[in-house]
Amino acid sequence: MSRYSRHIILSEIGQAGQDKLSKAKVLVVGAGGLGCPILQYLAAAGVGTLGIIDFDVVEISNLQRQVLFGTKSLGKNKALAAKKRLEDLNDDISITAYPEKLTHTNAIALFNEYNIIVDGSDNFETRYLVNDACIITNKPLVFGAIFKFEGQVSVFNYKNGPSYRCLFPNPPEKGTVPNCSDIGVLGVLPGIIGSMQANEVLKIILGIGTVLSGKLLCFNALTLQNTTLKIPRSETEIIKVLAEKENFNKKQIDFNCEIESIEVSIKDLITKENIQFIDVRELDEQPKVNGLAVTCIPLSDLENNLDKIDLEKKKAIFCQFGIRSKNAVLKLKNLNINNCYSIKEGASEIIKYINIDIAM
Amino acid sequence: MNISIKYFGQLAEVTQKEEESFEFSKHSVSDLVESIFVKYPDLKNKDFKVAQNNELVSADAKITGAEIALLPPFAGG
Repeated sequence: MSRYSRHIILSEIGQAGQDKLSKAKVLVVGAGGLGCPILQYLAAAGVGTLGIIDFDVVEISNLQRQVLFGTKSLGKNKALAAKKRLEDLNDDISITAYPEKLTHTNAIALFNEYNIIVDGSDNFETRYLVNDACIITNKPLVFGAIFKFEGQVSVFNYKNGPSYRCLFPNPPEKGTVPNCSDIGVLGVLPGIIGSMQANEVLKIILGIGTVLSGKLLCFNALTLQNTTLKIPRSETEIIKVLAEKENFNKKQIDFNCEIESIEVSIKDLITKENIQFIDVRELDEQPKVNGLAVTCIPLSDLENNLDKIDLEKKKAIFCQFGIRSKNAVLKLKNLNINNCYSIKEGASEIIKYINIDIAM
Repeated sequence: MNISIKYFGQLAEVTQKEEESFEFSKHSVSDLVESIFVKYPDLKNKDFKVAQNNELVSADAKITGAEIALLPPFAGG
């Protein structure tokens, strides 16, 4: 019995369909909650060439839903860890991992290597970039996105169908739409939505069924209600993206999808749990902040002390005047250490607040 | 005219319900959105699109159907 016998005995697929799958080249953007089930089913189905792009590393809080990873993957790049698992699942296929961020600079050349692009990303910045690059390279985009117990699925840019911008022309205002890491998500939800995306990919490759183009499927895991909304194509939106074609790789990301600003006040933080306080002043600087568990890592030596940073906690970073702490947040961000906030107030004001808090 | 309105995602968190019926006497989608804002002022800060009878419509479209859905974008993955 061959690996694909259960496909081949289906009259709708057969050996000819299986050959189509083995010739297909699919790029999955993001190997997270959606990316894991998408990749798992596409690899198992024998999609011949799979690309995985993700800059992020596996954290323990990912394991609740990101089913390709185990405790041994912790701290490893997601694209590389996913490739390793998938090569064990199916050694017939070719898998390329790109352990980097998708940008305006690398997107076009990368998308040109593949026939179908699947969006499993987790932020609007990437989602609009993927959409626009798909319009420019003329690739179908299998879209999926989730919020708590609800999901959205569609196929954009397929045979002159609408794009994501025909539905939502512009990214929402900064901070108005939270993501999974801020508000939580039911673990099985990305499994359901990602599997629907994998299903659309297989239908496109095999040429069977009705592709979910021109429609957005809205799924609610709590009620199991499906609503399908028709989306008309907007030529204006498509033309706007195509007009940017020549400048695309020079384009800077002109909107910010960060949920919170990197600066916070101690007043907003002090009552919250699960925070690591980091003092980035030199070790001999005064006053010391007592009454709080503080990790001391001077900014000058930050890169050599990354192991002291707790990836599972929010990091509240402070110094004397809130300037070095801001630099520290930016440095950590560049090292892909997120959830870091700079406390506006300096050490002496922090001490005052702690004392007020204790007195109350 | 009595219409049914569905709220998805973050919008349902503001309205505290996923569906309700709404008494409405004007004409266009933007009139309807204005009336919904009166009832739920916090929706003004949210991004969403309006669908009528399961089809996305623009703000100047006429309200003809009985089923309206307000759809926000999701980023999560």
